[in-house]
Amino acid sequence: MVDKVHVKTTINGQEFEFLVEPYMSLLETLRDVLNLTGTKEGCNDGNCGACTVEMNGRIVDSCCVLGAELNGATINTIEGMATPEGLHPLQQAFLEEAALQCGICTPGFLVSAKSLLEKEPDADEHRVRHWLAGNLCRCTGYDKIIKAVQKVQTSA
Amino acid sequence: MVATQEYKVIGTRPIRHDGLDKVTGRAIYGADVKLPGMLYGAVLRSPHAHARIKSIDTSAAEAMAGVIAVMTAKDMPEAGDELVDLGEGAINFSHASDHIMAMNKAKFKGHPVAAVAAISTNVAREAVAAIKVDWEVLKSVVTVDEAMAPDAPAIVDGWVGDDLGEKSPLPNVGSHFRHEFGDIEKGFADSTTIIEHRYDLAMVHQGYIEPHNGTAIWDQDDRVRVWTSTQGSFTVRTQLAGVLQLDESRIKVIPTEIGGGFGGKIPIYVEPLAAILSKKSGGKPVRILMDRADVFEASGPTPGGWVSLKLGVNDDGKIIAGDADIRFDAGGFPGSPVGAAAMCMFSCYDIPNTRIDGWDIIVNKPKTAAYRAPGSTHVAYAIESIVDEICEKLNLDPVQFRLDNASKEGTRRGDGPIFPRIGNIETVEAARDSAHWNSPLDKNPGNGKVRGRGIASGYWFNVGLKSSVNLSVNTDGTVMLIEGSTDIGGSRTSIAMQAAEVLGISAEDVIPTVVDTDSVGYTDVTGGSRTTYATGFAAYKAAQSLIEELTTRASTIWDIPEDEVGFEDGKFSSKTDPELSMTFKELAGKLNETGGPVSSTGAVDLENAGGGFAVHICDLEIDPETGKTDVIRYTAVQDVGKAIHPSYVEGQMQGGSVQGIGWALNEEYFMNDDGQMANSSYLDYRMPTTLDLPEIETVLVEVPNPLHPFGVRGVGEPPIVPPVAAVANAIHDALGIRLRQAPMNPGRILEALKENNG
Repeated sequence: MVDKVHVKTTINGQEFEFLVEPYMSLLETLRDVLNLTGTKEGCNDGNCGACTVEMNGRIVDSCCVLGAELNGATINTIEGMATPEGLHPLQQAFLEEAALQCGICTPGFLVSAKSLLEKEPDADEHRVRHWLAGNLCRCTGYDKIIKAVQKVQTSA
Repeated sequence: MVATQEYKVIGTRPIRHDGLDKVTGRAIYGADVKLPGMLYGAVLRSPHAHARIKSIDTSAAEAMAGVIAVMTAKDMPEAGDELVDLGEGAINFSHASDHIMAMNKAKFKGHPVAAVAAISTNVAREAVAAIKVDWEVLKSVVTVDEAMAPDAPAIVDGWVGDDLGEKSPLPNVGSHFRHEFGDIEKGFADSTTIIEHRYDLAMVHQGYIEPHNGTAIWDQDDRVRVWTSTQGSFTVRTQLAGVLQLDESRIKVIPTEIGGGFGGKIPIYVEPLAAILSKKSGGKPVRILMDRADVFEASGPTPGGWVSLKLGVNDDGKIIAGDADIRFDAGGFPGSPVGAAAMCMFSCYDIPNTRIDGWDIIVNKPKTAAYRAPGSTHVAYAIESIVDEICEKLNLDPVQFRLDNASKEGTRRGDGPIFPRIGNIETVEAARDSAHWNSPLDKNPGNGKVRGRGIASGYWFNVGLKSSVNLSVNTDGTVMLIEGSTDIGGSRTSIAMQAAEVLGISAEDVIPTVVDTDSVGYTDVTGGSRTTYATGFAAYKAAQSLIEELTTRASTIWDIPEDEVGFEDGKFSSKTDPELSMTFKELAGKLNETGGPVSSTGAVDLENAGGGFAVHICDLEIDPETGKTDVIRYTAVQDVGKAIHPSYVEGQMQGGSVQGIGWALNEEYFMNDDGQMANSSYLDYRMPTTLDLPEIETVLVEVPNPLHPFGVRGVGEPPIVPPVAAVANAIHDALGIRLRQAPMNPGRILEALKENNG
């Protein structure tokens, strides 16, 4: 058994301190150590985007980052997207536009789309599709997801 | 009620009841289940597609620190050779048991041979790696044609398949059946144009993003609790009862949220292993999760195979003969959806003389399962391609040809049943009148690429089956709706809306909950496009009887005869005294003081469902240099009966279309000769992404289904049927080449171009 790694990090604006096995991915760390199960596993090899989180201002597939790398980092996950004031406009738009069916990919799409709109609020449809191409959805055919993101853009 | 009627709730687009949990990450899916004291399981899977197990040595795994239980097939109860109907297909329990853990022989790569429960996933995986299996590797067969060779190695020991009522002399024939009507020989003799080709379609996976999972407790009283994400909690219960040899009443299945299924989450995989490991660990909860490679290699993809089809047309442009031979690879055990394929084969057309042969063939691949209109995409690829070819040859308009030959009420389907009122003609007409079909397409856009347009029809029969719903009235006038249909795409809401319509209250005032198998009456799978239809019907019945109860209560309160109380527009009123009137909410508020709570149940067992038709139009652009194809415009037209929640109906049409586009252009199980899947990751399997697709336009046709109080038809499955053929016909329009093997990927297109130019 190897020694656990000590991690101090900020997740959704809150400070966390814990020990993690050195081989555990950020995804496992979030889900199994911190009980933040809103971040989903679809493939565990960086190809589906269901585990997307924002790390130090960039979106990453949390299955491809080690939990130990959290030390000193700032993370935002789906659990931090709604505030006491209410849903994020993207969450509201996903509901109104029926942009989810089974919902397993939804947290990843929301985290990705939020990052896009913060960086490039005027992204055109092609850019939106390009940005979200790392997130797989098997239910919707993507049409209503794209329309939900565009709805937030036009009402912003 | 018929669908032309004005509704208050039906046809609107309320926000789904489970939406908030799903956009905030709170919803609990199978992998999110975590119980106190839970152990973590891992499964040892066969590295070989076909190999005999000479011995298994688990001693090293058992000796490892942190390992609590180890199991092999020896720990599986002996299951009988019993065939049980699961609603969407039947199951043989001895095969099911052998499928879940191989007794003597691995029949596909990934076939489980042992499993471990340990204090962590990591320890469980290390323990699995320490298990030694002595294998005798056998020759594997991976295609229908190989497996049908008389000297092919037998995959299922002792299996003798049924061949038209006789014992098949071939080792790997699961079954061979035939449907025949009219005089097929005369039909072809009278035909002036006859076209015959074979169409090959690859094995593909449903591709749901959530891997399979199961968490179980087997307690000391032999009661088993199982948490899993499934399309049918009662179907899981039936399968577990057979495989674990327990009475159904000893098993409680608690369905979690489900991350996609499309037919693939009807069979069980890891659930019984978790249960047996729990028993062996003294009743501790055990959770087992599949990873993505396990899902590709060892869950239930839908078959590949081929359809050989011959169509004969007379001088009047009528199809008068059709002869089809359908052969599917079932996987390592018999039981592909070839029967469903036969039911769909000729369904879009009225053909007097038909013959359909169906073959279910055992191969060394994962045991196949349903996938959205299972089998219908294969047969549509064949018939819709040949119909396009006939129209080209005879210079006929493909839409008019479909109208002239369309099946309608009274037409006999190729497997026997007579169609009730169907919307085939209306759907073709709506496609003909659509903006897309009437827009010009510039076939040579000047960028070095070429464009083409294709059209194709499709059919799915839909099923009805059994559903149960309970309703209870709250004193604030809301209603609790308890159901057993797991919700994959908004069905809580589409079912609640049907109750709300009857009760005269809003969709938000009906609060739906999906419960476990102890807490509601038997309900069949969320599959076969049956849920909004049949569970909605049960909700309608429950709401009707709730109104009867409440009518009685109103008569008691007013002290007037029951038949003098009327109910309309959400209001109870006296038919004689205009002063006496109460809304649903007002009456609800008085229940506790006037005799107590009111609740009701509704249960249905619907034999028929009324089929659904779709017509798709596809524009695509091909780069002749690379063979890459981009879909640039796509329209799905479908008879939906009555759209309860139009957004979710559109979503079904869009999602199904895109799965079909993926199948047409890209997706396949790429198997090498040893039965190893070479592309068992999303990177290499490559499903469509946002960037691969245009907007998917939808046209909803509403021909009310006379079998349902609101005219509902199942909508989930027809949209995956036409795309492969629509793409093939569009490729022909662009390049003048007919591709009869899918996926029609860049390699196949370049090869065909080379052949054509050479």
